[in-house]
Amino acid sequence: MTIGWKRRDLLIWLLEVPCGAVLAALGLGGRKARAKEQGYDADGHSYGMGIQVDKCIGCGRCVEACKSENDVPREPFYFRTWVERYVFDAAGEVKVDSPEGGIKGFKPTDEHEEILRAFFVPKLCNHCDRPPCVQVCPVGATFRTEDGVVLVDKDYCIGCRYCIQACPYGARYLDPRTRAADKCTFCYHRITKGLLPACVEACPTQARVFGELELRVSPLRRLMRMSRLQVLKPYLNTQPRVFYSGLDGEVR
Amino acid sequence: MGEHFHHLASIAQQISGFIYPNEIELHWGLLIVVYPYITGLVAGAFILASLEKVFHVKEVEPTYRLALLTALAFLLVAPMPLVAHLGHPERCFEIFLTPHLASAMAMFGFVYAWYLAVVLLLEIWFDYRADMILWRREMRGLKKFFYWLLSLCSSDVSAKAVDFDRKAVYRITIIGIPSAFILHGYVGFIFGSVKANPWWSSVLIPIVFLFSAIVSGIGLILLLYYLTTLMRGKKLDMACLDTLASFLLYALIVDFSLETLDFIHRLYESEESIDILSQLIFSKLFISLTIVQILLGTLGPIGILASVRVLRIPQELKRVCYFIAALLVQVGIFSTRWNVVIGGQLFSKSLRGLTVYKVELGGAEGVLTALALLALPFFILWVLVKILPPWEDARPAQPESSTL
Amino acid sequence: MRLFRAPGQIVRLAILFVIVASVLISVRRRFVPPSFGELGHYRADAIKEVAAQPIKYAGWQACVDCHAAEAEMKNRSYHRGLACEVCHGPSHDHAEDPISHTPAVPRKRGEVCLYCHAYLPARPTGFPQIDERAHNPMEPCIKCHNPHDPSPPAVPESCSACHGQIAKMKAVSHHASLSCERCHEAPAEHRTNPRAYLPKKPTQRDFCGQCHAAEAKDGPEVPRIDLATHGGRYLCWQCHYPHFPES
Repeated sequence: MTIGWKRRDLLIWLLEVPCGAVLAALGLGGRKARAKEQGYDADGHSYGMGIQVDKCIGCGRCVEACKSENDVPREPFYFRTWVERYVFDAAGEVKVDSPEGGIKGFKPTDEHEEILRAFFVPKLCNHCDRPPCVQVCPVGATFRTEDGVVLVDKDYCIGCRYCIQACPYGARYLDPRTRAADKCTFCYHRITKGLLPACVEACPTQARVFGELELRVSPLRRLMRMSRLQVLKPYLNTQPRVFYSGLDGEVR
Repeated sequence: MGEHFHHLASIAQQISGFIYPNEIELHWGLLIVVYPYITGLVAGAFILASLEKVFHVKEVEPTYRLALLTALAFLLVAPMPLVAHLGHPERCFEIFLTPHLASAMAMFGFVYAWYLAVVLLLEIWFDYRADMILWRREMRGLKKFFYWLLSLCSSDVSAKAVDFDRKAVYRITIIGIPSAFILHGYVGFIFGSVKANPWWSSVLIPIVFLFSAIVSGIGLILLLYYLTTLMRGKKLDMACLDTLASFLLYALIVDFSLETLDFIHRLYESEESIDILSQLIFSKLFISLTIVQILLGTLGPIGILASVRVLRIPQELKRVCYFIAALLVQVGIFSTRWNVVIGGQLFSKSLRGLTVYKVELGGAEGVLTALALLALPFFILWVLVKILPPWEDARPAQPESSTL
Repeated sequence: MRLFRAPGQIVRLAILFVIVASVLISVRRRFVPPSFGELGHYRADAIKEVAAQPIKYAGWQACVDCHAAEAEMKNRSYHRGLACEVCHGPSHDHAEDPISHTPAVPRKRGEVCLYCHAYLPARPTGFPQIDERAHNPMEPCIKCHNPHDPSPPAVPESCSACHGQIAKMKAVSHHASLSCERCHEAPAEHRTNPRAYLPKKPTQRDFCGQCHAAEAKDGPEVPRIDLATHGGRYLCWQCHYPHFPES
């Protein structure tokens, strides 16, 4: 019916204009404007990290390098990355520890206990493709860049700590000096200049490899080819970009 | 900051098992327990008020206006614990500037504004408008001017206008009921949607929060009605109290059933987190959950209220029973909030360890601040009651009006 | 005076709403940060701010530019995978201005070496580890080991230098009296170039049968089995852990 259609079109137009005005007023147009800086184009990169659990010796140099590079508070309550030790005894029971995040290495376990297997697992922010922390930030102070890195805007963060609650991996903390949320940034200030993250740089056994997920030639690519890869807590569907090779089923 | 580190270092000594290094600091403390308690009272008080307006439960009419004012008093205080808890309270307005629509917490701004302005303030205004105009006629000077402003400069008390007011109140209450559900339900959703935390992540949490809110709201109005009536030296309307107690009992039963369902469901499915959560319940939360929340806060009041219905007891004793039940309910619901908020942070997301929460006495997150925030609404209520008395005998002579 | 057809209450509320709304909208315009929303729901400037953080670690490339000799020595040695700054600390300032900023030079025992080389059973087997209390106590590590080419001054005599956990486990087991060489044939080069020259492992059940078969010539304390039937098709070490057979 022609009359019905006309009215419908008019109604839709009447809705679009104020809604559009509201959206524009709210700044939610979502258009990708300029912001392609000279020299570094985030669009052309897609970062990821690989961790070979079998190679980690638990020296903790990565934790030290990270704290130095990123000026993380030295107290043992704030870590952008840390190393956990898993020790399975003869009965198959596991003990996990991470003394001060592993920054001073680990102390030997009880020498008289039989060890079934033991290993170290480095942990850090997984820079998920579906980050629950970004989802819950009420003001837009944490976000995912186009090159896949999840960052925190410490000048905009209100310190509500919802993101810290939402991270399944315990990767976030509240910086006591800025009173804003903080976490690993994949050393964004380094990788955008062609350097490696501090923890990758420091690792003496190359247990950590860093690279571009889409690059054909890189240590990360080799890892993706040669190993069976796992991620932490896959059932939460956060789609992390940190891949573990040789990860034990008991690791949470 | 040094004191803070000292505090964290002492907590580190009391950890059992393994927690992620960053989990030493417990992030949502006492203030975040106080917040859902307060918004719960708001939602519950409003639902009670709606019983009279929309469901025509005439017996609770004496509490209608009191419930509205109570809801307003508590709603005004509600954002305070949140702002006090932020790392940057001075940036709190960012939630209104650039709300991230994917975040349940961002909805706080809209839901709060909606509920305050469109539901509560509007309903109170419509309900009191005619009375404010009639009261004004007896006043002089500044007071008269103040009430003139409050009534938004209107002077129409014709039957048509008053009729419009009544219809408006009815319609707003109808909108208000789902709004109250959303106001407190979204707080439950804030917790319930965190998939990282198995204690919180549950479909039932928003529903359980809502029913605990209704329980605490009805309990609070019962207490307030009781106390204010006695303080004014008036006679208690027993029919009103009986009805309030009945609804409190029904709400308690539903609330308890939902919580039991959640418990049975968890135990039955026995997912990965069951071991650490069982440890949590039987060690850290034993007193606050089993003793305070369940026994004192739920089963106790259910027992008291059910007995009162079944047994024949004199009125004086009945009133005291109601009072005790309503008081226990407040303790129980506060404990519920505590068990959800604090309980969810006492175990590690590695599911391998437990930590502790040490409440401080002073400071921004201390007991004194929490008590002050819990006491403040009563002062605000006192002021509101002075400006807009909710009592039957304070009403001016009503002009002629058609009934709804 | 009734200007509109709507009831007075609605008119008043509408006016109030318009006033409040315009105040809110204009406040919003003023206070939303300039770059917000350009790339997504965040301040686009924040990316620049994060990327502008000062650099502390120069990276291996920067060291090689001036310290080519040490770098070359290190890259042929066991420490080829070890970045310079792990031991010498963050040196970006030094790379920018070598004279004014000098990196740390750890010389004391235990300053850096023990983080990696102190014995920990959880470390992967084959990684060189020492018992800190027993291995030349009180001496600085660099007295015998050049950090840029840390080959030990003497070729390790016992396998426990790199296979400490296995050695410790075996030392308290029933196989304590068996030397590693008894079962593992290792070429001499394995001690200096372990990954390129791997030791052999026995591949037949007969090997263990030398001691454990019913007919073997050994003392009665050695447990005997019927080699033909015990364990079906499996090789012995597919069930038994030779370094700790009683487990």
